[in-house]
Amino acid sequence: MTEQNTTAAGLIRLSAAALAEKLRAGEVTAVEATQAHLDRIATVDGGERGVNAFLHVNAEEALAVAAEVDAIRAAGGAEAEALHYLAGVPIAVKDLIVTVGQPTTAGSKILEGWHSPYDATVVERLRAAKMPILGKTNLDEFAMGSSTEHSAYGPTRNPWDLDRIPGGSGGGSAAAVAAFEAPLALGTDTGGSIRQPGAVTGTVGVKPTYGSVSRYGAIAMASSLDQIGPVTRTVLDSALLHQVIGGHDPRDSTSLPEPLADLVAAAKTGNVEGLRIGIIKELHGEGYQAGVENRFNESLELLKEAGAEIVEVSCPNFQYALGAYYLIMPSEASSNLAKFDGVRYGLRVLPEEGPMTIERVMGATRAAGFGDEVKRRIILGTYALSAGYYDAYYGSAQKVRTLVQRDFDAAFAKADVLISPTAPTTAFRLGEKLDDPLAMYLNDVATIPANLAGVPGLSLPGGLADEDGLPVGIQLLAPAREDARLYRVGAVLEALLEEKWGGPLLAQAPELATSGTLETQEAK
Amino acid sequence: MAAINRDDVAHLARLAHIEMSAQELDRMAGELAVIVDSVKSVSEAAGDDVPATSHPIPLTNVFREDVVGHTFSAKQALSGAPDSDDNRFKVPAILDEA
Repeated sequence: MTEQNTTAAGLIRLSAAALAEKLRAGEVTAVEATQAHLDRIATVDGGERGVNAFLHVNAEEALAVAAEVDAIRAAGGAEAEALHYLAGVPIAVKDLIVTVGQPTTAGSKILEGWHSPYDATVVERLRAAKMPILGKTNLDEFAMGSSTEHSAYGPTRNPWDLDRIPGGSGGGSAAAVAAFEAPLALGTDTGGSIRQPGAVTGTVGVKPTYGSVSRYGAIAMASSLDQIGPVTRTVLDSALLHQVIGGHDPRDSTSLPEPLADLVAAAKTGNVEGLRIGIIKELHGEGYQAGVENRFNESLELLKEAGAEIVEVSCPNFQYALGAYYLIMPSEASSNLAKFDGVRYGLRVLPEEGPMTIERVMGATRAAGFGDEVKRRIILGTYALSAGYYDAYYGSAQKVRTLVQRDFDAAFAKADVLISPTAPTTAFRLGEKLDDPLAMYLNDVATIPANLAGVPGLSLPGGLADEDGLPVGIQLLAPAREDARLYRVGAVLEALLEEKWGGPLLAQAPELATSGTLETQEAK
Repeated sequence: MAAINRDDVAHLARLAHIEMSAQELDRMAGELAVIVDSVKSVSEAAGDDVPATSHPIPLTNVFREDVVGHTFSAKQALSGAPDSDDNRFKVPAILDEA
């Protein structure tokens, strides 16, 4: 490591772990590191051709937290000793997660300008670790989408090709990390919203076991599927961040009571010898882009060479998973989003004519405040829960959930970890699937089963597709509560791939030009 | 299972408190018909003997001690409301006759 790594250009390319080491060694200050990222955001995020990963930039508070870390470290003694390993390492937060002192919009007009009176548990934990929060990242409205094009504040662009989608719903968090605007970010994953953006931006994303990370303060889409998790550039960084945000929270009644395993140690295990890795027959092949399939096969070869045993497993009920998901998720969402009624939060729109009753105000507010995809899902969910249809739709979908869990149980009897491509294709063009909701939904085909069953999943970069030169994601899945296995296998595969590439995949991403003036949400 | 039509969507939109224009209803009915058709197979996937799963990792009896924890002041609770008065949310008429 040379002096190049302490210049601003070098600092933003460091992993969180490498930056933490430099901070601890006194080679760089937290203020310098935070400022370098804020400068990067100002350079590449705004303007017509900017990445548009951020909806709000939190410069003042982030620098104050960084300065506090620097002061504690400079003073030395017990307080400096007690600083968290990641203290002073900046992070971006998906704008679905509530924060005091910054607006939370969920990517929706209905919450424009709204400020939460409380912090999410994960945000409290970032604050306790003294990690400067750089700002809030863009997303599909209420996390409903696979491209970030359903944001009310304009789409985020993929740093690999600014005319392509960064995935969704957490395209802002993934793009921020891929564009070196932040070393770390938080995302939420209901059907793939952390993993699929990770796949198409060449970054790492983890959906922890359901209940492993508190959902308190994440604006709910589908409560039985939603999970907060890490978005990073390396597997080790995800393990580090998972340990900051994870663990029991009494304010989330679905939070797992047991303590987290040592995920960082798992990421440092360094071998996969004797591990059984299962290829899911139903999650590759037909319907998957050739370049995706090639990179997937290459990863299997590397794992085999490293001593893992590759087995094939079949999960026949996965064919129903997408359909079950698109019944369960809208059902839960239609209920969760009932609270946005023009009374308690944000926007209120009065009807243009006729009687001014509360019912009509709600109708006008929700008509103006929600975008098309949110309306579609609320109507679909209301339909699935209607008397007369409930058993056929919602009831059947919940039974499929049982079948998907049984498939996983059978698969995990044969394999310690399962593997598949994260998404069937690389990043598509902005606008390409916007008018075809069903085509958009198919992006989630490989990620949804994990949410239905509550099992953890990790996506890591598997290389570039031959036909378009865009990133491909490799997904690893483990049994519930066995997140450690993902970090163990993920870190080994990452090391083997990087050896092959001669460095991280993101080193091959094109340089981003200065995109113009930054327009944050406040300025809009 | 029955297909979804424009009248269904109009009814559902009323239930969900979302005003929709005639044009929006037409478009939404078309889109939802395609989506509903694509999820149809779900109803044939599982037999009667398969129990429903409502939650991926069930936990039972999640209680806490019955003690007062953190609470919001009325001011904090009302801070995001579009209108309030005298420590309460303020809304337009509840009934039509007002």
